[in-house]
Amino acid sequence: MLDTAKETYQTAGEPFLDEPKMRVRNADVFYADKQAIFDVNIDIGKNEVISMIGPSGCGKSTFLRCLNRMNDTIDICRVTGELFLEDQDIYDRSIDVVELRARVGMVFQKPNPFPKSIYENVAYGARIHGLTDTKVELDELIEKSLHRCGLWNEVKDRLEEPATGLSGGQQQRLCIARAIAVNPEVILMDEPCSALDPIATATVEELIHELSENFTICIVTHSMQQAARVSSRTAYFHLGKLIEVNDTSKVFTNPEHQLTEEYITGRIG
Amino acid sequence: MNEDVMVGGHISRQYDEELDEIRSRVLQMGGLVETQMDKTLDALREDESDHIVDVEKLDRKVNKMEMLIDEECTQILAKRQPAAGDLRLIIATSKSVRDLERIGDEAERVAHMVRNAMDNQISKKAFKGLLSLGEQTKELLHKTLNVYARMETRKAVKLMRKDQEIDDEYSRVVLRLIEYMKKDPDNISDALDVMWAARSLERIGDHCINILENVIYLVEGEDVRHTGIKEIKRQLSNSD
Repeated sequence: MLDTAKETYQTAGEPFLDEPKMRVRNADVFYADKQAIFDVNIDIGKNEVISMIGPSGCGKSTFLRCLNRMNDTIDICRVTGELFLEDQDIYDRSIDVVELRARVGMVFQKPNPFPKSIYENVAYGARIHGLTDTKVELDELIEKSLHRCGLWNEVKDRLEEPATGLSGGQQQRLCIARAIAVNPEVILMDEPCSALDPIATATVEELIHELSENFTICIVTHSMQQAARVSSRTAYFHLGKLIEVNDTSKVFTNPEHQLTEEYITGRIG
Repeated sequence: MNEDVMVGGHISRQYDEELDEIRSRVLQMGGLVETQMDKTLDALREDESDHIVDVEKLDRKVNKMEMLIDEECTQILAKRQPAAGDLRLIIATSKSVRDLERIGDEAERVAHMVRNAMDNQISKKAFKGLLSLGEQTKELLHKTLNVYARMETRKAVKLMRKDQEIDDEYSRVVLRLIEYMKKDPDNISDALDVMWAARSLERIGDHCINILENVIYLVEGEDVRHTGIKEIKRQLSNSD
């Protein structure tokens, strides 16, 4: 901790839920001695799609990466506060981070398939986590994961071909298939459509909607229209503070906080 | 203007200008409709057919304004995907211009009744009370347009009470017309004409209330249609 007095911040709207999937209290994030996130308090509901929006540098991606400890990979990054996945403190020393990231998967901005076959990309996580015992079981898991992502019919005849040969949209759906193959509880998506064309974006958004039946999804997006389309709740970040959390329908028609209003109406960028 | 309602300040100044233009056009359209109402009452007062011609001319302008503003709202929805206060401005504007256009139609209907009365030399007795109803309606329209221009929600709620006064005046006019018809069945045809005109004036009051509700929606984000005044006050105090 820094020696400075801890700053508190009251978020507008309804950041808390009954029986949340994830619970964050008084979260601060520092890069060396520079504070990037200030006293974030929020619940993430089971099987909800929640979007994190805000101007560049507001801390939304930094916050997202706290939820599966991706920030651990940055030496100078330090996270304080309480972050729980159900009853488990995800920053507890006893936590196996690899296991945590299987429970809280991640999809990145740029599709990043491994330089392997389509089949091997999806099989990778299942293999390292020992999720299947036989080749038949693994085949079934891969087919199911690709089906869920609407990719199966497009790739079933070329499973052994390199994943890098797929289109951008297909690659991103493959990355989502790879994430869900290990049966996570939460999927974090960091601007998953910003490298895709509008058609591929629509396909991924449709997929997000379908996946929300079984998974909790947190999505960081620069596109406010995307947040409005895909999420049921929206969180607005500004200069490292969580300004407002509310139902998406409220945020886009009648936000509570002036800063939220100014951002979503295009008055601050 | 209420400081809760922002039109300017967007990163895109062109967007500011587009929204500003829509707001000005609504006020301009409101001015035309108000003039229509003035001319209609002048016609009623003075039996002067020139006024009726003016009302008809203005109605054509009002209709064009409605289409123009609607088109501008459509363009903003398509190109800008407005949200929050901007979205509410577009929705409220689109609804309000429809009400304004209908106010224009109702005023024209009254003006046509006056022409018919002049042509058929309908007795002045039949009109008793109509002018007073018209004056009350005109005042409500004038104040409604002021509330719209300044986005004053508290005044909007206060003004909503006026509708009841107009409804009461309308009922009195109707009762008088019934008495007039009872006196002589030959009066029925004339009285029915006047009754339709009174109905039009009463409807203008209802359209003003719709516009006031739109102002509340625009400023507060609260949909207060089909809600009593007490409930509206409660909702507004909750949103403070």
